[in-house]
Amino acid sequence: MSAHNTHASGEAHGTRRDYLIGFGLSVVLTAVPFALVMLGQLDKQTTALFVMGAALVQIVVHMVYFLHMNTRSEGGWTFMALVFTAVLVVITLAGSLWVMHHLNANMMPDMQQIQAMG
Amino acid sequence: MSTPTHSETTSSIFGRLGLESFPLHEPIIVATFGVVALGGVALLGALTYFRLWGYLWREWFTSVDHKKVGIMYMVLGVVMLLRGFADALMMRGQQAVAFGESQGYLNAHHYDQVFTAHGVIMIFFVAMPLITGIMNYLIPLQIGARDVAFPFLNNFSFWMTAAGAVVIMMSLFVGEFARTGWLAFPPLSGIDFSPDVGVDYYIWALQVAGVGTTLSGINLIATIVKMRAPGMTMMKMPVFCWTSLCSNILIVASFPVLTATLALLSLDRYVGTAFFTNTNGGNPMMYVNLIWIWGHPEVYILILPAFGIFSEIVSTFSGKRLFGYTSMVYATAVITILSYLVWLHHFFTMGSGAAVNSFFGITTMVISIPTGAKIFNWLFTMYRGRIRFELPMMWTVAFMLTFVVGGMTGVLLAVPPADFVLHNSLFLVAHFHNVIIGGVLFGLFAGIQYWWPKAFGFRLHEGLGRASFWLWVVGFVTAFAPLYVLGLMGVTRRLRHFDDPSLQIWFVIAAVGAVLIAGGIAAMLAQFGWSIYKREELRDVTGDPWDGRTLEWSTSSPPPAYNFAFTPVAHELDAFYDMKARGHERPLAGYRPIHMPKNTGTGVILAGLSVAFAFAMVWYIWWLAALSLAAIVGGAIWHSFNYDRDYHIPAVEVARVEGERTRALQGAARPRDPDSPREQDRDVLALAGA
Amino acid sequence: MSAMTPIGPSFYLTEEDHHPEGSTALGFWMYLMSDCLIFAVLFATYGVLGTAYAGGPTPAELFDLPLVALNTSMLLLSSITYGFAMIAMGEGRQRAVLGWLGITGLFGAAFLGIEMYEFAHLIHEGATPQRSAFLSSFWTLVGTHGLHVFFGLVWLVVLMVQVARRGLIEANQRRVQCLSMFWHFLDVVWIGVFTFVYLLGVLR
Repeated sequence: MSAHNTHASGEAHGTRRDYLIGFGLSVVLTAVPFALVMLGQLDKQTTALFVMGAALVQIVVHMVYFLHMNTRSEGGWTFMALVFTAVLVVITLAGSLWVMHHLNANMMPDMQQIQAMG
Repeated sequence: MSTPTHSETTSSIFGRLGLESFPLHEPIIVATFGVVALGGVALLGALTYFRLWGYLWREWFTSVDHKKVGIMYMVLGVVMLLRGFADALMMRGQQAVAFGESQGYLNAHHYDQVFTAHGVIMIFFVAMPLITGIMNYLIPLQIGARDVAFPFLNNFSFWMTAAGAVVIMMSLFVGEFARTGWLAFPPLSGIDFSPDVGVDYYIWALQVAGVGTTLSGINLIATIVKMRAPGMTMMKMPVFCWTSLCSNILIVASFPVLTATLALLSLDRYVGTAFFTNTNGGNPMMYVNLIWIWGHPEVYILILPAFGIFSEIVSTFSGKRLFGYTSMVYATAVITILSYLVWLHHFFTMGSGAAVNSFFGITTMVISIPTGAKIFNWLFTMYRGRIRFELPMMWTVAFMLTFVVGGMTGVLLAVPPADFVLHNSLFLVAHFHNVIIGGVLFGLFAGIQYWWPKAFGFRLHEGLGRASFWLWVVGFVTAFAPLYVLGLMGVTRRLRHFDDPSLQIWFVIAAVGAVLIAGGIAAMLAQFGWSIYKREELRDVTGDPWDGRTLEWSTSSPPPAYNFAFTPVAHELDAFYDMKARGHERPLAGYRPIHMPKNTGTGVILAGLSVAFAFAMVWYIWWLAALSLAAIVGGAIWHSFNYDRDYHIPAVEVARVEGERTRALQGAARPRDPDSPREQDRDVLALAGA
Repeated sequence: MSAMTPIGPSFYLTEEDHHPEGSTALGFWMYLMSDCLIFAVLFATYGVLGTAYAGGPTPAELFDLPLVALNTSMLLLSSITYGFAMIAMGEGRQRAVLGWLGITGLFGAAFLGIEMYEFAHLIHEGATPQRSAFLSSFWTLVGTHGLHVFFGLVWLVVLMVQVARRGLIEANQRRVQCLSMFWHFLDVVWIGVFTFVYLLGVLR
């Protein structure tokens, strides 16, 4: 924390190599899921798991190679903000799905359940 | 049903706005309008007569000084408090008389608007502006900075909040407000059941103000993270800054959820989508789910800064360091995270089942642990301290007593089976007023009494302050204890008329409480007015009237535009106490020019355009909506071409201001308590000045 | 100066002024995080309502994966070209920055064009946002992303004018950097969109 800072932001800039690696990985991580779904070689569940896994990896790739995310820039605050946001996104998504699924299961029973009750 | 076609007379120029939109048939509203119009004309006339427009525009409206922006937020909050409290009095009055044969004086159409407006205004346009204002004023001073990180954005945020308030006030006289309750649950708030403009006013007032709130949250986080004085590490930062940091993190993390949820509701209403409808696969409970993901963090957004205020006050008026500073910080952080995991406790009864309800019930109960830890920290700070029962401390003690009751009824409501009984009852209403009035509002009042001398350079009148305090505290108990009783007896909220005459006595008592609170508000306004009138007698030139411990007390009252002629260096927690204890010398020469941001009118203009946009959207005046939206985007782009945004205060000017302070300090050597470190400090200063 | 020799530790910065480092990058990042939560709400809504077809069309009937793949490649290419603009900026080459920004803009415009084509096709099929809760949430999620790209393009054009007029001054560098974060952030959101909306939608 020096008193003078000539840099506009103190943000790390990526090198050409970083961008190319990121681009290459992204192409692979995009093309393979598309191919799996379009060709339909694997069963649906495996494909779905693979597609979601590839998306998660690709998000990390973008964060590292395009957004230059690391634990040091801005004194670690950007990374902390990212982790915090990721936690909240997971809570919002998983929580909403869980809550609403339970609501549907309890409040909108399908016909079989209704007959069983009758 | 896909496109809203309910309005018979939709013209291309005025949309659905017509002469019948003005509520001329409601005598109460017409009378209110008369009073407001007379008062408004008188105010505008006075401003013109005393030629204050130029002064207000140059020194206040366009100011990017965080202190002035903070004060403008506070004024907005107090003005809106009067509106929100008027609604409260009307409700209490109605419920006290509307029994059996008597229908009271409010019809259902009007009464539903009143309770909706009361909730919306009190949360969004009273509590939020007051909290934001006090954070705005104090954070830069407490961390030894000259302004916030983005001064223009700060001014813009304030004006967007004010624009939201203007939109909501418009609904009083042009058209009507929502009749849905403060969170506007669909399908009631959908276009089928609320075809008129009320819900649209609600949506656009909150969307416009929400922009301001989110941006101000980002601004204050960046300020705290980036602009602390040298030596002030995170763990040497005043507790108020810590709680404000967490509160602003919650703002940035939760207001987008509100924005998105209201946007989906708007799409349902304007475009005919099927998110929250009863048809085409929509699910109204999804709205309830989403809005409470915002709604629960919101209550912590309000209470955390209040916790910070109490911490500062307890420490100062006990003459001790805050007990358990580190635990206080961790408790705040834990509350921040946990506040995101409890939202379902607002709708236990929707039918999620045992697993979901138990999870959210337990997380809710867990949150009381860090909160309880804070109460003990304050108590241990007071323990064996030399407590001075000045007004801020009185409010703090009142808070601790009332908030504990509110917290315990909250834990009670967190038990799902109990909630099935108490849900939607007056017990719940009493609970959240107990924590919001006893916690947030008492905290704000404590803060106002504590920091007023800092902001204006004179103390507030003690006697009127005590009158206000007692009227408020007694009034609060009188108004809300009966609601707990009624809630336990099964009375639900938002009722306009009752059949059972045995309940009436409780509502009458509650109404008496509301009148006492009205007295408390009047006494506080009188206190402000009288203190301004007698400001020379109440003058404090030391800048440190309470023997304060944090950096804001080290500069003059009111602080100069640049806050600190020389940036302070912090060595300890309670930096200013440390400075006084170790004998600091205020530097009296060697001033340099100070780099400051320039004022700009862009914020006022963009916010004004936003009001036009919101009004046009409410009334379906599409040409005006398009035009004002284009003007907002164009104005923002135009502003980005202005690169000339700062200037320097010349060293001579700094020297002049600081010289005046030196002379004032020398004149103020009136001995009061020669043993206090403050007095010794003043001697040192006097010597240094001579 | 001798009059202010401090007793004990120094409590004021008297020798030099305090210059806190710039807050823009951090502030803008926090804006992006808040935007991220807007998308989280839209994704959650899609997750909850995405199977509520109300007797209307289903994803498998509507989505044209080759078109989505083409669209995705446009956005991905625009990301790498923006990266090249950043590298050129680091080297101080103003013309190269403007060139790469221009190419980025073209890819972005191509993305929007393809999306408009897809939307027009959907409307033609009767798959309008009003048809079902699934389509409401689909249109809102994809449309909000598209709207962000559109604002990104407006910003890009404005920024190109500013760089052309004032050069790569510090204020402009900061802005190019912020737009870079914005642009890459939209790409990250798009990963979620093509995975959860299109690919998993077709699988369903």
